[in-house]
Amino acid sequence: MTIAAGYNFGYLDEATKRMIRRAILKAVAIPGHQVPFGSREMPLPYGWGTGGIQVTASVIGPDDVLKVIDQGADDTTNAVSIRRFFAKVAGVATTGRTAEATLIQTRHRIPETPLREGQILVYQVPMPEPLFRLEPRVAETQRMHALADYGLMHVKLYEDIARYGHVAISYNYPVMVNRRYLMAPSPIPAFDNPKMDRMPALQLFGAGREKRIYAVPPHTEVRSLDFEDHPFVPIRADAACSLCGSRDTYLDEIVTDDRGGRRFICSDTDWCASRREEGR
Amino acid sequence: MLSPGFADPALDAQRCFRAVLEATSRPGRVQRLAEGVLEPPAPLGLAAAAVLLSLTDADTPVWLDAEAAPAADWLRFHAGCPLVAAPGDAAFVMACGAMPPLDGLNAGTEEAPHESATLLVQVAALDRGVTLRLSGPGIAREHRLRVAGLPPDFGLRWARNGAGFPRGVDLVLCAGAALAALPRTVRITEGDG
Repeated sequence: MTIAAGYNFGYLDEATKRMIRRAILKAVAIPGHQVPFGSREMPLPYGWGTGGIQVTASVIGPDDVLKVIDQGADDTTNAVSIRRFFAKVAGVATTGRTAEATLIQTRHRIPETPLREGQILVYQVPMPEPLFRLEPRVAETQRMHALADYGLMHVKLYEDIARYGHVAISYNYPVMVNRRYLMAPSPIPAFDNPKMDRMPALQLFGAGREKRIYAVPPHTEVRSLDFEDHPFVPIRADAACSLCGSRDTYLDEIVTDDRGGRRFICSDTDWCASRREEGR
Repeated sequence: MLSPGFADPALDAQRCFRAVLEATSRPGRVQRLAEGVLEPPAPLGLAAAAVLLSLTDADTPVWLDAEAAPAADWLRFHAGCPLVAAPGDAAFVMACGAMPPLDGLNAGTEEAPHESATLLVQVAALDRGVTLRLSGPGIAREHRLRVAGLPPDFGLRWARNGAGFPRGVDLVLCAGAALAALPRTVRITEGDG
């Protein structure tokens, strides 16, 4: 293990890590509850995953194998720079393979490969408060969480159904964790919501600008909000991946010309590449 | 003479934290710290001393019971944490003797349940004694944990702690180099059933 000279292991100082670690432990003990923490200034701006990076930096050890994805891709700017950051300040091994990773930091996707026990999934969260579009006052939303008073969100879903015939939320679809706390799953597509339910891996969420950490322990019930007569339906583009032919993964749409031409490819680049290798 | 703290403060604290994180996310699974990461001050065992050193500092008031009090100087020197006189004022409560009453500890508030105390209890053993059957978040179906050294009415006290959810105290059991965690969401039935 070699880490860049002049840096503490994992970039953050030990007092900051202790503070974040205490927040993480309380977050795991109260599934879905947002724990405030003293978010630090990081060497990249808010919106680039500062919350996720601080959680990762507090959890990571020299034996970890780190994977970072941005919208499912291992090779986009955000993913590459965060992976390089931790290779530099923690000297850890990095990978693109979901199955090989012990720690996966993600922006807005859950890998298609099912996660297993022993893995930790760290989400980058822009807005941790699921109620903020309905109630902008933080003091009010905290009271609503305390009372488990989530009527506002049910009304919002009902109004969607009355207006459009279905719930018009395609990402960041609100979930109930362990039947108690309403939680924002970060802007993952609603397609990924079912993967959170009873996932064997530990899920940690970090919001740097909003200074909140929350968590879902392994094997914990995560239910997407719905109604008996309008059950939750995960949606995906009705197409096959034009690279690997997959019909059951989440797809990105690529516009190919000005005349309406388009094609779809898997959002999860590791999954798509593995499938093509197997098929060859 | 005080014994030294972690040989490698960054990496040893990280390993200890990961053990506590694993224990908290999979309640009842016993984690074992590597022997020799530090010389625990009597009467603390390795796990209790390492957890306190990994998680406490100037921001966390700590309460030690009378049996744990001989470790006060070590803890104050290495962690720099304030030691408080009343268990209700502490963020971390360390008990080497009888488990203190849970309802005397800070359980947080309905709006800020994360402000609650974490209770560390040093028990006689985590591989013999009464069998606790655990269920709840972090547990697929059921985990079994054997503990020697908990009070006979522990099940009742724990049920009362869980009834106030989201308020409540989180428990870390330590025995030598082994530790197991019982976050407030865990439900316990006793016996081999």
